[in-house]
Amino acid sequence: MTSHAETLVRTRGSSRVRRARGQWAAWGFLAPVVIYLLAFYAYPLYRNLDLSLRHYTVRSFVQGNAPFSGADNYRTVFDDPTFGPALLHTLVFTFVSIAFQFAIGLALAVFFTQHFRLSATLRALFLVPWLLPLIVSASTWSWMLNSDSGIVNFFLKGIGLDPVNWLTSPDWALTSVIIANVWIGIPFNLVILYSGLQAIPVDVYEAAALDGASGWQRFWRITFPLLRPVSAITLLLGLVYTLKVFDLIWIMTKGGPTDASTTLATWSYRLSFGNLLPEFGPGAAVGNLLIIIALIFGLLYIRRQRRD
Amino acid sequence: MTRHVKTAVGVVLTAIMLFPVYWMINVSFTKDTAMRADPPHLFPFDGTLEGYRAVLDQQMPYLGTSLLIGLGTVALTLLIAAPAGFALAKLRPRGTGALNFVLLIAQMIPGIIMAMGFYAIYLRAGVLNSVPGLILADSTIAVPFGVLIFTAFMSGIPDELINAALIDGASRWRTFVSVILPISRNAIVTVSLFAFLWAWSDFVFATTLDGGGDHQPITLGIYHYIGNNNQQWNAIMATAVIASIPATLLLIVAQRYVAAGVTAGAVKD
Repeated sequence: MTSHAETLVRTRGSSRVRRARGQWAAWGFLAPVVIYLLAFYAYPLYRNLDLSLRHYTVRSFVQGNAPFSGADNYRTVFDDPTFGPALLHTLVFTFVSIAFQFAIGLALAVFFTQHFRLSATLRALFLVPWLLPLIVSASTWSWMLNSDSGIVNFFLKGIGLDPVNWLTSPDWALTSVIIANVWIGIPFNLVILYSGLQAIPVDVYEAAALDGASGWQRFWRITFPLLRPVSAITLLLGLVYTLKVFDLIWIMTKGGPTDASTTLATWSYRLSFGNLLPEFGPGAAVGNLLIIIALIFGLLYIRRQRRD
Repeated sequence: MTRHVKTAVGVVLTAIMLFPVYWMINVSFTKDTAMRADPPHLFPFDGTLEGYRAVLDQQMPYLGTSLLIGLGTVALTLLIAAPAGFALAKLRPRGTGALNFVLLIAQMIPGIIMAMGFYAIYLRAGVLNSVPGLILADSTIAVPFGVLIFTAFMSGIPDELINAALIDGASRWRTFVSVILPISRNAIVTVSLFAFLWAWSDFVFATTLDGGGDHQPITLGIYHYIGNNNQQWNAIMATAVIASIPATLLLIVAQRYVAAGVTAGAVKD
């Protein structure tokens, strides 16, 4: 017994020595990623911060001698009439998208846990929208939502409703991009929530069934509470991902008509790249505001994940 | 509900979900003259291959560039992420907690903001509109994810295997190359698939960093098509169908890796 303990101590000791010696080797393996993160994450972000704190013109952007202007760009952004709507649209786009993605994703996940023929194949097919390049989904939806020849308006006519100017009316543009974004996001929610449901032990349901709980009760009393950790993570990740969405909105509406679907992401891009006369400073300032919002939710996500 | 009813419901739900994909394919075969027909042609019975001919004539260089960028991104991502995953999973030097944290945060930074920073750097360095520049930028989408996947996978490799190799006198590098990498095939496949798909699908970096380049990826090919107020929707949708091939192949060939990749980022084991 003692000898066994001794061996244990000895092996642990020697492995610690090996580990200490291995520190340098270990950092050798990590060196590429550390250098990479510094050069291609930290440096671009630093450049972006620098952009937002200087007064840039096209010439000084190339030559790099723009005067320091402090928080001027941020003040410009806050005073801009686009700021309010852009912030509001970002929040509406994000929260409405997530609410629908999550609700539909969860309903589908529950449905797919009941094993039936073809369930695995059909579940796999549900991944398609998530895997398609965004430009493909965005252009397909653009054509489907076309006012005159779109299939969606054709269906509306079929059930006796008036056609809608989905992409060209300020009242509907934001709704249109949200619909497309919900479609893209459902698979992600479905897959994660499905894997969360798989982790709930079957005997809990069996016990509840014996006690005479109905399907509805089982969902609200068992599935929903037990799924809470996974749900929280899905929602927070969804928040971070949805805040970032730029391609989809830009391709479908360019943020228009007249800012009706402008979010912080598309506004930032338009300031820097969308006009003949680029405004890099304010563009970068908007981008940095977006980072801050994303990081708040990001940190919440990390805290949540650590806790579970 | 009986099982058959459930299957039927499942099929209907899937059909609704995939309707836009079907519609893309249908429109890609629709004749120009029938494009604005009322009622729209729901099936491409009287179809045309004009759209696909246009793809062959105009879009091949874009597809080639995208392929090159995708493969380049995969190579760069594996090169950086695999050794890092090994160190984080098995060697665990001090200070890696901070690194893990940075990797998580890195995934949350909006691409459009990275693109702006890259634009400012590339402009001055004179590497705007270049394929290597775009590969480098595209790899930033995949590297943090790659490290995460490799770390998660390699944590599952038994320590005994590594210690045995070390005791036999193999260096850590040698152990990594000839013991760890061969058994990490699944992780390599997953990371490669996603790195390729993300680079292939990238629009943000392409439009900011390669908007005026001689070699542009297929996402810009489609974007120019729409932007030119092109009314040839069969050609646009045909290009979209072709651009979706990698995603489709990926789903058919590597379905279990895809699901693994989606969940790995989000749910802790």
